[in-house]
Amino acid sequence: MSAAVSAACQVGGGAGAEAHRMTSSAITASGLRKAYKDKVVLDGLDLEVAAGTVFSLLGPNGAGKTTTVNVLTTLMKADAGTIRVAGHDVATETKAVRAAIGVTGQFAAVDELLTGQENLQLMADLKGLDSGQSRRIIGDLLEQFDLTESAQKLSTTYSGGMRRKLDLAMTLVGKPKIIFLDEPTTGLDPRSRRTMWDIIRQLVAEGTTIFLTTQYLDEADRLADKIAVLDQGKLVAEGTPAELKRQIPGSHVRFRFTEVAEFDAALRVLPDATRDAEDDLILHVPSDGGAKSVRSLLDQLDAHSIDVDEFSVHTPDLDDVFLALTGRTSTKVEA
Amino acid sequence: MSDSTTMLRRNFKHTVRNPITVFNAVLFPIVLLLMFVFVIGGAFDVGVKYIDYATPGMIIMAICYGLSATATAVNSDMTKGIINRFKVMDISRSAVLNAHVAETVLRTLIAIAAIIAVAFAAGFRPTASFPEWLGAIGLLVLVSLATAWITVALGLFAKTPESAGMACVPLIMLPFLSSAIVPADTMAAGVRQFAQYQPFTPIIETLRGLLLPGDTSTSSAIQAVVWCVGIAVVGYVWSLSTFKKRA
Repeated sequence: MSAAVSAACQVGGGAGAEAHRMTSSAITASGLRKAYKDKVVLDGLDLEVAAGTVFSLLGPNGAGKTTTVNVLTTLMKADAGTIRVAGHDVATETKAVRAAIGVTGQFAAVDELLTGQENLQLMADLKGLDSGQSRRIIGDLLEQFDLTESAQKLSTTYSGGMRRKLDLAMTLVGKPKIIFLDEPTTGLDPRSRRTMWDIIRQLVAEGTTIFLTTQYLDEADRLADKIAVLDQGKLVAEGTPAELKRQIPGSHVRFRFTEVAEFDAALRVLPDATRDAEDDLILHVPSDGGAKSVRSLLDQLDAHSIDVDEFSVHTPDLDDVFLALTGRTSTKVEA
Repeated sequence: MSDSTTMLRRNFKHTVRNPITVFNAVLFPIVLLLMFVFVIGGAFDVGVKYIDYATPGMIIMAICYGLSATATAVNSDMTKGIINRFKVMDISRSAVLNAHVAETVLRTLIAIAAIIAVAFAAGFRPTASFPEWLGAIGLLVLVSLATAWITVALGLFAKTPESAGMACVPLIMLPFLSSAIVPADTMAAGVRQFAQYQPFTPIIETLRGLLLPGDTSTSSAIQAVVWCVGIAVVGYVWSLSTFKKRA
């Protein structure tokens, strides 16, 4: 296991390039440690999030993402380390930190016995907005999140996607400068997920800083200015999506053959091909996965009368990132 | 303070939207009163008109019946994620608990007013003077406050909303094992001693003394107040320490 972790590599360029933006950091954390009894959850975590950017913490279940969010948002005290959020120390200026942030957790924190409108009103009252202000803000948010029609219905009757939207709308009452989103799209259908992405992009366009955790590589890729990969409480990689993708294998095509003879022939015809680690009849060939390149590969095999049993195009996912960075897949607990 | 008021408004909306809470807290004590007075109580000989004897006890039962709703509501707040939202906002930490207590006391006072009105219609004739009424109201507020804080603590302590509701059952049962329905000295040995020394007997006896003819026993009154203050302090301290641990 430790060998796997030591195989992890750090992207140098990202950290250096970010250095000059230190002054406009929305979040800085160094040496964060947190353990539950003897189980270490955060193991010396350092983070730096520039103001007005999207920072994505990527990792599988149990990597420590939610604990990181809890510690950064004053919900939980770290065992060690220092954190500054919006220029305030989390340990000593807790109230100032709370006034500057908004948090949407993994489970929708809406009041089910209140209507959508009342939930937003509750937030406006707690933020101390006057009634004229809050009426305008609530109306705008309901419209932006496409909830106007259901505003007078109890939130128990909302679908999962609507509840998440209401949750995020509640977080936005009072315009927090920094928003933490803990797996905002986990369990959402594709359409709700795209709506969520659009909202996040709009928030960033307005200058909000977003700290986003996700287990989906494509989500981090689409939204984040910077991605940090978390594994067992440690960052195993950090950088822009482009920098990160350079470290992981790109897309490839998998070919399956019925006979060893054909497999061997294909291996000779396709010089870039590599054997699958587990299956003797499967070859991997690096490819962008486009129709043109796939056709050319198939044509080459065809020219040598090699029969392909089946083929599939494989784009990198979180598992590939983990395999590349830690030597094991995200779903396996032990290497 | 304004955070607590906002939270109180929220809790009131919860209560009126939950028919079971309204039934348990307001209607069930009235049903119980009518049952005891018109169905069962005819067979009891307590020395005075039964409705006059029973109403003070029924008022205390009305306080206890609403409590499981409070425990369930407190626990739901803690287990359903909404508390995490409140905790990361720059608001008073105790607002959530204060609001539950305030809501419970106000709801209880409404239930008490309702049961006294029904008792009046059914023939209850208290003889309390104005200062005695004030004393009775003061005692009832104190009992509500004490039971509300201990209930909030039970709600915070319980793992699930269901077990929170169950945790209040002893509080609901206690008045039955007091002099609420029949005098303690008519009970079997063992139960009688329990009834005499548990908090609700002095509370109910003091209330009877205040509302009905005859003097209020000073020792009952002192015991009643001491019990209430004790329960309130234990409930308050237990609530805050549990809240800090969970929150």
